[in-house]
Amino acid sequence: MKQLVCISRTPETTANIALNGDGTDIQTDGLNYILNPYDEWYALVRALELKEAQGGTVTVINVGGAENDIVIRKALAIGADDAIRVDAQPSSAMAVAKMIADATKDGAYDIVYCGKESIDYNGSMTASMLAEYLGLPFVSYASHMDVSGNTATIKRDIEGGTETVEVPTPFVLSAAKGLAEQRIPNMRGIMMAKRKPINVVSPGEAKNNAVVSMYELPKGKGDIKMIDPDNMEELVRLLKEEAKVL
Amino acid sequence: MARTDQYEGHDYYGVDALLSEDHLLARDAVRAWVKQEVSPIIEEYSERAECPKQLFKGLAEIGAYGPSLPVEYGGGGMDEIAYGVIMQELERGDSGVRSMASVQGSLVMYPIYRFGSEEQKRKYLPKLGSGEFIGCFGLTEPDHGSNPGGMITRYEDDGDHVILNGAKLWITNSPVADIAVVWAKGPDGKIRGLIVEKGMKGFTAPEIHGKWSLRASITGELVFEDVRVPKSNILPEVAGLKGPLSCLSKARYGIAWGAIGAALDCYDSALRYSKERIQFDKPIAGFQLTQKKLAEMITEITKAQLLAWRLGTLANEGKASPAQISMAKRNNVHMALEIAREARQIHGGMGITNEYPVMRHMMNLETVLTYEGTHDIHLLITGMDVTGINAFK
Repeated sequence: MKQLVCISRTPETTANIALNGDGTDIQTDGLNYILNPYDEWYALVRALELKEAQGGTVTVINVGGAENDIVIRKALAIGADDAIRVDAQPSSAMAVAKMIADATKDGAYDIVYCGKESIDYNGSMTASMLAEYLGLPFVSYASHMDVSGNTATIKRDIEGGTETVEVPTPFVLSAAKGLAEQRIPNMRGIMMAKRKPINVVSPGEAKNNAVVSMYELPKGKGDIKMIDPDNMEELVRLLKEEAKVL
Repeated sequence: MARTDQYEGHDYYGVDALLSEDHLLARDAVRAWVKQEVSPIIEEYSERAECPKQLFKGLAEIGAYGPSLPVEYGGGGMDEIAYGVIMQELERGDSGVRSMASVQGSLVMYPIYRFGSEEQKRKYLPKLGSGEFIGCFGLTEPDHGSNPGGMITRYEDDGDHVILNGAKLWITNSPVADIAVVWAKGPDGKIRGLIVEKGMKGFTAPEIHGKWSLRASITGELVFEDVRVPKSNILPEVAGLKGPLSCLSKARYGIAWGAIGAALDCYDSALRYSKERIQFDKPIAGFQLTQKKLAEMITEITKAQLLAWRLGTLANEGKASPAQISMAKRNNVHMALEIAREARQIHGGMGITNEYPVMRHMMNLETVLTYEGTHDIHLLITGMDVTGINAFK
């Protein structure tokens, strides 16, 4: 089985995000980056589990500059066999999906994985767009998957329960929590990863149909107001007029 | 109830830029492992003075035993800086957990790799690397600590075997160890290393109880009463004190890095606490005396990071002298202990509880200050190195 896992680089979960002066971009100085957890913990690890059970290969692909090599190397240290890096800055979900599709359309992959979202922009768009570009079926938010022969049985968490779908290979899925458990790379994996290839390819043509005009950070939390326990009228007034919860 | 480990690394001078991709990956992997396996349980094990033995296998799986030894002998094939950052992250969790790994790698695997026969290397190293065997290192004796050359443990010739008699004290891992690398004087008066296996008649390893430090690490004695050890278990490639001392250099190097981890954990906790703790209507981080403590902490940590990085670069080139290693071990452990004490003050009363890691680190570091060469002896090593005059005796 040939499997492809799309991985992205995101600021670490505890990063303090700041914007530039006019709010059109994020300040990247001093930010530490990680491999997007949905791509790493769930998509990549499930692909590796299937490879261990059924054989085959796991390739990872990323769109980005050489600064992304360290997160690609981490994916190789966890166990991916090889990597493709499309040498372009990821400007939008559509552009990334198009570039991945162009770079892999002849790869004959049986299962193509994305994380359900990247933890920075939370778009949840790349996987479905990629499926469209590749002309493949798409299953979103997969939290469990078994593969038998050419058929995958996938559970999806839906409101109030789960949905089970069957899909023939090849297909694209987006991975949610539950699909697999995090694996920590060991030192041997890290050293082996140094010898695994990262194939850098030029991007195909891609355009952005939607552009970001500006970002805003959430407003700071308001001060706590202490109300005298005997002054219930004031409490009710504030809940009504300021908090607007009554 | 285990608290969430909120630790974040601190790199005030951008020292990370001096590290390679595999150093950073190794550090992040061990940090993740510590958060997953060590932080949730370490306070309870420490409180009970119990060694979390399950971590021996986990340390093997992550690759923490002999990471800088060749892969063919059970090591990781990494460089000395990688070994350093691994020790730093382990000690960020607990000095006792770092001790479990540094004894196995630097004091057991390293002497067998460096001074053992090919047969000994093949027999023991892969099993030590995989955690199937746990090892310990016997040099210190009840009456010979800083003066190991005066040891009284000795062996006599007995055909294909030698007969070993004596006792070793303060031996990390000894009660659970499958093998012990024991340094003893032979009939010619020279110190040699012997691999003594658990189960050899006359060999016991009782546990030492009542420690207020390194409580999650198991410590014991090694007692030899007419133990018959095959001559094939003697390390053939070294005689004299330089054998054990070269192992100690390796371990001390790891401690110089490890202590930074303990210091970083204390600083990280103190910094977070000081921003959350409100007194006189503002966070205590806003008071000058707290800022003085925090500023001095990060200054000392930064100096220690640079010292360790430079020492690691020298070690990679095979140029780190024992005296240079002594300086780094002494400076960095003392630095970490001082930071633990200051961090404890910032935490106020909470600092003495197991809600926060600082008191545990502080108690651990009291041991680290004097094991693997005491703080004072390392000073004399530097003194001898710069003056050329031996002030030990």
